[in-house]
Amino acid sequence: MNDFENLSISSAIEGLANKNFTSLELTEFFIKKIEKNKDLNCFITSTFDKAIEMAKISDQKIKENETRPLEGIPIGMKDLFCTNGVRTTAGSKILENFIPFYESTVSNNLWDSGAIMLGKTNMDEFAMGSANTTSFFGNVKNPLGLKVNKELVPGGSSGGSASAVSSGLCLGSTGSDTGGSIRQPASFCGLVGLKPTYGRCSRFGMIAFASSLDQAGPITKTVEDSALMLQAMVSFDKRDSTSSRQSIPDFSDFKKLSIKGKRIGIPKEYMIDGLNSDIKKIWDSGISWFKREGAEILEISLPHTKSALPTYYIIAPAEASANLARYDGIRYGFRHNADDLNDLYQKTRGFGFGKEVKRRLMIGTYVLSAGYYDAYYLKALKVRKLISQDFEDAFQKCDLILTPTTPNVAFAIGEKQTNPIEMYLNDVLTVPASLAGLPAISVPSGFNSEKLPIGLQLIGKPFDEISVLAAGAVIEESRGF
Amino acid sequence: MTYVIEGKKDSWQVVLGLEVHAQISSKSKLFSVASTNWGSDPNTQVELVDCGMPGALPVINEYCVDQAVLTGLSLNAEIKKMSIFDRKNYFYPDLPQGYQISQFEHPIVGRGHINIEVEGKVKKIGITRLHLEQDAGKSLHDQDIKNSYIDLNRSGCALMEIVSEPDLSSPIEAAEYVKKLRSILRYIGSCDGNMEKGNLRADVNVSVKREGEKLGTRCEIKNVNSIKFIQQAIEFEAKRQVNIIENGEKIIQETRLFDPNKCETRSMRSKEESHDYRYFPDPDLPPLIISDEKVNSLKEQLPELPDKKKDRFIREFNLSSYDAEVIVNDQGTANFFEKLVKGRDSKVVTNWITGEVFSYLKKINKDIKNSGIAPEKIGSLIDLIVDEKISNRQAKEVFEEYMESSDDASIFIEKKGLVQLSDQSEIYKIIDKVLSDNPKMIDDYKNGKDKLFGFFIGQVMKISKGKANPKLVNELLVKRLKE
Repeated sequence: MNDFENLSISSAIEGLANKNFTSLELTEFFIKKIEKNKDLNCFITSTFDKAIEMAKISDQKIKENETRPLEGIPIGMKDLFCTNGVRTTAGSKILENFIPFYESTVSNNLWDSGAIMLGKTNMDEFAMGSANTTSFFGNVKNPLGLKVNKELVPGGSSGGSASAVSSGLCLGSTGSDTGGSIRQPASFCGLVGLKPTYGRCSRFGMIAFASSLDQAGPITKTVEDSALMLQAMVSFDKRDSTSSRQSIPDFSDFKKLSIKGKRIGIPKEYMIDGLNSDIKKIWDSGISWFKREGAEILEISLPHTKSALPTYYIIAPAEASANLARYDGIRYGFRHNADDLNDLYQKTRGFGFGKEVKRRLMIGTYVLSAGYYDAYYLKALKVRKLISQDFEDAFQKCDLILTPTTPNVAFAIGEKQTNPIEMYLNDVLTVPASLAGLPAISVPSGFNSEKLPIGLQLIGKPFDEISVLAAGAVIEESRGF
Repeated sequence: MTYVIEGKKDSWQVVLGLEVHAQISSKSKLFSVASTNWGSDPNTQVELVDCGMPGALPVINEYCVDQAVLTGLSLNAEIKKMSIFDRKNYFYPDLPQGYQISQFEHPIVGRGHINIEVEGKVKKIGITRLHLEQDAGKSLHDQDIKNSYIDLNRSGCALMEIVSEPDLSSPIEAAEYVKKLRSILRYIGSCDGNMEKGNLRADVNVSVKREGEKLGTRCEIKNVNSIKFIQQAIEFEAKRQVNIIENGEKIIQETRLFDPNKCETRSMRSKEESHDYRYFPDPDLPPLIISDEKVNSLKEQLPELPDKKKDRFIREFNLSSYDAEVIVNDQGTANFFEKLVKGRDSKVVTNWITGEVFSYLKKINKDIKNSGIAPEKIGSLIDLIVDEKISNRQAKEVFEEYMESSDDASIFIEKKGLVQLSDQSEIYKIIDKVLSDNPKMIDDYKNGKDKLFGFFIGQVMKISKGKANPKLVNELLVKRLKE
């Protein structure tokens, strides 16, 4: 049997088209690999029977020359996307046995493109976390850590998705990014993670964390794969009122786009205290690569950057406090036995949600409460506008912004668990683009002394994913591995 | 006359403001495509968003927006170019999302007013705002000893909450306000106004004060679902407040419930216990933008509203203000009237509609529009009376039977043998018989007992079995007695 571990989606598509192997062979390879790597805990639910069934259909289609864009490509689906007839948990006990009878638009788009579902990937509970240590279904391990004999986190919240792609358990996976949940785990696992512009991917059927920020995107090995998966995921969806009607380009056109003459902004505010020196070095390398490619490098200012994290940790929990109110034990999901209605609510939610989720629900409830609303939530909305304005101003001067994705590389499981703020600081460089709804990609750019991957982030103008991808490709070509 | 409550010590005025919840008559819900059909099996009209499934998202029903705009226009109110949907957060089993989507700070409709008429006087009642919101589901506590049940068919149905200024000052004014509002809603078709089904219900804010004083502390009576109950609830609540204040105590601001069986209000929760709803803009829904073009095109759709129609009816048909008010209250009645009055006396037509037709409709429990009664059916009967083919009394006596028959009026009365006797010689014959049978009475009459004239008429009518034309009988009897 072929070894498909390091296969990219684009080469898999080629291999399938050239009949070098079949989708069934691919799928069976990954099924075996997933079974062998259960200790990584990448999947909450596997859907192997379904995968084999889908693979057979794909092989038939390939045979009949009716190939769809992702025909026969086995992927992992973050367990935040509702999948018809397949348990969907959002990493929570409260949805431990929840089986949707509807399909999310993003997953539906992928199946319509011929992708094959291997299973539902592990994640931080309700996407709240940066280390995949809040899942009711246990921690996910970072495969790159195991190579250096360490139990490292894969990042979060799309930790299962990132770990699965990184360890070659699937060709690509879906993630969702609210404050960095695609880009940060991609960076920690040496992968490409793309958060498209808010509104590009429909949120229908994607379990909500913070509705004004949540955005689906792909986690892949290469920039080209990222474009391929993104193409399949996006659509205007009338079932999501925040879904964008902006025309959808051919994202693979990024290959035709030269970065020569483009202006790359380097925001001075991202040079934060505590930025890992190895990461700083890679950032400098990144700057030199773009210079070499003929891009113009200029220092820019995003003055409200330091307010982004506190703003995010008001807005996201506020929205979550309402979004998660539906998990009350009344209609579906976990229900604790109880004496009366209040008891039912308290015990169901008390036992059904994990610690981090409860912390954020309490923060969210607090900042929306009478007497505190103006000081916290309303102010946060105003600051969010200022942050968006910062980017708007910056994009008058530059076309793209280059920053590190995270202040540090992957850390050990159990680290940063004592103080939530320490964990939240992981998102400090990814959150601003989320608040502004901008497309942003994390691309593996180098390693630290321990051979742990470091990602650089590129932030683009609204709906300019193509430039973001093109710039990501420059890093890919320049980094030397 | 001002409504005053005489307490033990002082006279008190009542200050009332109403929040009317009107369910929009739409085929589907405010944010989902589920049907709003009434009376279906429980939980059969529920889409993902209506039962709060994970990942479900609300999508605005444009029809409901149009209805809110139409209603705003008919309340002479400002239509807001931009309004915002908010989440109103609270836990309850029949609230599946854990929040109600409503409009808090930025409603779709701003200030307006309507006119009501009480005791012949027109009073302008201010409308504070109108906003759109979702209805909740229904909790059923009486189906089982141990368990409560939930029906989500109503969950997510579109409501308009119409808030009045505290401009109402008596139970009758409150009643007239609701009637007028209901009439307007029915005219434009935005709400069927059915209070029994709960499609129109009111929260009543009541406070009392002595003349010249500032507004008192108010209590809110929740969910009153008939006009009669609104009046009773206000009467009880106002007196309760007067007693409390006159006993030297203070009114506690609270939410109360009206118990129609005991005709009293009871405390539901005090202000301290009231929820902190933590309103915030719903991030699933972009701001609602309404263009001028939309407002203008909806304006063109507006029918002639009750007040305008009333003025026109007074002008065109010379109706009294009272009659016009009664006729235009229901659009179906007004249309019926307009068809019926063509070529007929408006007073006669009004009397027939507000008399026999209304009581017949009440009996068959239908409104004029869905009763299937053709204006010509009533018209042909009225014509026979005017032509003196049949007496008014006869017509009234057989009205119900006539309504149930499919015959044309002239055929019907012929079949019934009801044709009025207007032949002079026939009537003389009867008169002569009556007079010759009662010689003593003629003497008495001629000696001044005028009242006996009525006796002779009665006898003639009796012998003719009511068929004799009363006018003619009168005339001929006078002649005969003079001879």
